[in-house]
Amino acid sequence: MLKYQSIQELVSAAEERGLKISELVMLDQAEAMEQTPEEIYERMRRSFEVMRESVAEGQKKDLRSMSGLTGGEGYLMKQYAESTNGGLCGDFLSKAIARALAVAGCNAAMGRIVAAPTAGSCGILPGCLVSLHEDRGIPERDIVMSIFTAGAFGMVIAANSSIAGAQGGCQAECGSAAGMAAASLVEVMGGTPSQCGDACAIAIANQLGLVCDPVAGLVEIPCIKRNVSGLMIAFSSADLALAGVGPKIPVDECVDAMREVGNALPAALKETAGGGLATTPTGVKLRKQVFGK
Amino acid sequence: MNVFDIIGPVMIGPSSSHTAGAVRIGRVVNKLMDGQTPEKLEIVLSGSFAQTYRGHGTDRALLAGIMGFRSDSAEIRDALEIAKERGISYEFIKRDIPGAHPNTARITYTLADGSTGSAQAASVGGGNIRVDLINGMKVDFSGESNTLLVMHLDRPGVIAAVTTLMRWEYADLNICNFHLSREQRGGNAIMTIEIDNMPPETLIEDVRKLDHVTNAMLIRRL
Ligand code: SF4
Repeated sequence: MLKYQSIQELVSAAEERGLKISELVMLDQAEAMEQTPEEIYERMRRSFEVMRESVAEGQKKDLRSMSGLTGGEGYLMKQYAESTNGGLCGDFLSKAIARALAVAGCNAAMGRIVAAPTAGSCGILPGCLVSLHEDRGIPERDIVMSIFTAGAFGMVIAANSSIAGAQGGCQAECGSAAGMAAASLVEVMGGTPSQCGDACAIAIANQLGLVCDPVAGLVEIPCIKRNVSGLMIAFSSADLALAGVGPKIPVDECVDAMREVGNALPAALKETAGGGLATTPTGVKLRKQVFGK
Repeated sequence: MNVFDIIGPVMIGPSSSHTAGAVRIGRVVNKLMDGQTPEKLEIVLSGSFAQTYRGHGTDRALLAGIMGFRSDSAEIRDALEIAKERGISYEFIKRDIPGAHPNTARITYTLADGSTGSAQAASVGGGNIRVDLINGMKVDFSGESNTLLVMHLDRPGVIAAVTTLMRWEYADLNICNFHLSREQRGGNAIMTIEIDNMPPETLIEDVRKLDHVTNAMLIRRL
């Protein structure tokens, strides 16, 4: 049985047994949950299906959030990507950006999503993985399996740091999501277990200190667009790890640093809408627009 | 914790801690009431819950959970209206609960027969929760395992009676966590027993028949 107390534990166990991290985790979780591996694979496959449905829902033209502050981002980005042949980022990445926006927008509109690890950061993993499936032709089975790796890394992060904006700031939500997604990407592209850990380390290190400052306290501004930066960091971190440009600080130490930084952040920057973008003149104006005071 | 606590829940947005977690807190109260519809609800919101509940639909989510809906139910959006239709009178109060986790709610209900009960719980991230108080008594469970709550009078031998019953009549049940709390010596007490596997309904009936047990309930994995 795995303990999920460190990412190194997962990497070493996978390497010793000559398995992918996802294979190891699926077997372990099946045992822990007293289900067959097929049953929990099927549950994960269903989660991936919901992710794809949220992409479709979020790319609808007239989708608006409950507050009316946001909406239509996924649609606009998709239009732009198609009409400009990929804009600046290129075809693959610009479509991935559109998907991350779409899922985050679906969430803000009280649509159905898979928290990964949270609702605020729910666009990063689907943005990465639906893109590899639909635009790179990676088989569904490989994609679904890689989500077990992302989930296992998330379990360690939750245990040793936090995945809640209210406790650790946005580094704990979008930072964790990017770290998890980066690990998935590396595994799908054939990287080693230790490269999965490297990619996660780089992604977390690149978002340390990111504050949680939602305008009007709503999971919309800046959350929706932070799913895009999280996605870009996930892709670039995965590429760095695969290229052999490893992190200088090992992944578990990065997770510890995230916890310490999270503890040091004042409450005003941890989901209370008491600072950062939330208290800018425009942030305040938007809040008044929604709540009338 | 398992991998679907991180990749999941499948939920209605916008916030795992303020919407999905709030539904789960509501569901604890639904189980406490045995699925009955309350006449009156007083819901105290503390910390970040108090400051941002309206925009996240935390109020809708708590009510939806109390009415038995799940965190992926489309009804969450309309929970305020559904509660009114069902004749539930509810009040949200913003008040800081000292020492509580930033996302904490305390819910007190009154049923048609005048009986009351309460639960205090925190949404600790990713839609996961921790229940801190039931009827004013300290408990500590997450709803991740099946949880047996036994309300009883603080008398010698009650704990042994419960565990002996489980040992001999329900031998395959494995306890993964046990917590006892009481108001005062000889007064009301509550056992929180988290169980790995799913106990059959008959366990509750059998526990209720034991001496000095005033009530028992099972909160299935939320
Ligand atoms: S800013 Fe806060 S609410 Fe928004 S995604 Fe980041 S952690 Fe979540």
